[in-house]
Amino acid sequence: MTLSEFLNMGGYAFYVWTSYALAGVILIANVLMPMLNARKQRRELIGKLRREGSV
Amino acid sequence: MWTFFHKLASPKYFYDISGRLLPWFATATVLLLLAGLYQGLWVAPADYQQGESYRIMFIHVPAAWMSMFVYMLMAGAGAIGLIWKIKLADIVAASCAPLGASFTFLALVTGSLWGKPMWGAWWVWDARLTSELILLFLYLGYIALQSAIDDTRTAARASTVLALVGVVNIPIIHYSVVWWNTLHQGATVTKMGTPSIATSMLIPLLLMALAFKLYFVTVVLLRARNEVLKRESGSSWVKETLDIK
Amino acid sequence: MPTPTLPNLALACTALLRRDLTLAMRHRGEMANPLLFFVLVVSLFPLGLGPDSQTLQTIAPGVIWVAALLAALLSLEGIFRSDFEDGSLEQLLLSPHPAALLVLTKVIAHWLVSGLPLILVAPLLGVLLNLPTAAMGALLASLALGTPVLSLIGAIGVALTVGLRRGGVLLSLLVLPLYVPVLIFAASAVADAGIGLAITAQLYFLGALLALALTLAPLAAAAALRISVS
Repeated sequence: MTLSEFLNMGGYAFYVWTSYALAGVILIANVLMPMLNARKQRRELIGKLRREGSV
Repeated sequence: MWTFFHKLASPKYFYDISGRLLPWFATATVLLLLAGLYQGLWVAPADYQQGESYRIMFIHVPAAWMSMFVYMLMAGAGAIGLIWKIKLADIVAASCAPLGASFTFLALVTGSLWGKPMWGAWWVWDARLTSELILLFLYLGYIALQSAIDDTRTAARASTVLALVGVVNIPIIHYSVVWWNTLHQGATVTKMGTPSIATSMLIPLLLMALAFKLYFVTVVLLRARNEVLKRESGSSWVKETLDIK
Repeated sequence: MPTPTLPNLALACTALLRRDLTLAMRHRGEMANPLLFFVLVVSLFPLGLGPDSQTLQTIAPGVIWVAALLAALLSLEGIFRSDFEDGSLEQLLLSPHPAALLVLTKVIAHWLVSGLPLILVAPLLGVLLNLPTAAMGALLASLALGTPVLSLIGAIGVALTVGLRRGGVLLSLLVLPLYVPVLIFAASAVADAGIGLAITAQLYFLGALLALALTLAPLAAAAALRISVS
């Protein structure tokens, strides 16, 4: 397969690449969310523990 | 062996061990994904009936498999939490839900994108797509129920009951939808996958399926770790963990 | 605690049944609401789709059954809500009798008050939608087998949401996917009977669903009630 054939996917480019792109978005989002959450939660927990005076 | 499970139920132990395993799962996931994508998009030849569009299968089928697998796991973990009252099991069950719903959604949309060139319509009430749609509703109901109940323990137990009722119903729903579909379908229908699949297509399929599984483990560990920190925030080991790094 | 002997359990169930029926009778107006809803919804379809009798005949089985599902959904709150609010639900769960059987009794009472009227009104709706006479029997049979299943499965959903302030919409989301098999087999039975086909398969399936629901739903609902009440 040449590169242009690869990108064109036999005329089905829209369907194939949208599917893969959507999969990519969903997979990345599901990984990013807990990672961002972890950071946010860490800040909040440290703040809360400091306010409670136990840290 | 039993002591391993006992220790695993301890949040602190789980946090430590998952922290060490996470990089391995993540790396393995990425490697398998790359291998699967390479095999599926580049190496595998075009299908003689469906041309290049069949490559959507490498996303659609693993996503559909995962949507079922995750639901079973969610119900199972919930059941363990319900019966043996292990908090970590509840946390794992809750962590599964959004991911399972994502896979179901992905299976539905890729099914639709595959169906359009194949069957000419964006949505067809194909037995499998219809069952997936109902599965999505089951996931959303689970998530909605969990968020509607304030107390985490009660929420976990209630949604587990719902998940278990769902598990009993999923085969029934699937069978009834298949039955309904065979009644209302026209005589000619293109099946989504050939019964005996060529090896060149089987390899990327299995690679992607395995990649999705490891991805699932990675994400569940990430989510569960967050939950564990949140729920155990009062304990001393959490305070130590937060100050490290 | 004395072990409940069989006569005790039967007495408890009869008493509960009588109580629920009496309470329902006192609020006869509320009983009528789901029924009126049933008739209204079915009547909307000709208004929306046009009075062509052929169209109506085609959609009649599905429309009547979907309307029955929605009407059943509307009536579900009545199973546990008032008992939850006045504390008698907790008392019920604390009694020495198996909670599942007490739940079953309440569901039977609910069905008598909400499901049975639907069955009685259904032939009228069949006439409204030009349902062939051959299908009338199937309509009644499918409703007779199906509406108890709706009450039983619905009871699980209500049990899960009874403690929530606005559980109404959530209830629909939880319960409607579980209703799908009943809808499929029941509507198919009525449609097939209308064109003269045998409907033994569908009726057997509805019967099987009923048997499964009768045995498992009270257990699940009782478990859910304990969780909601705790």
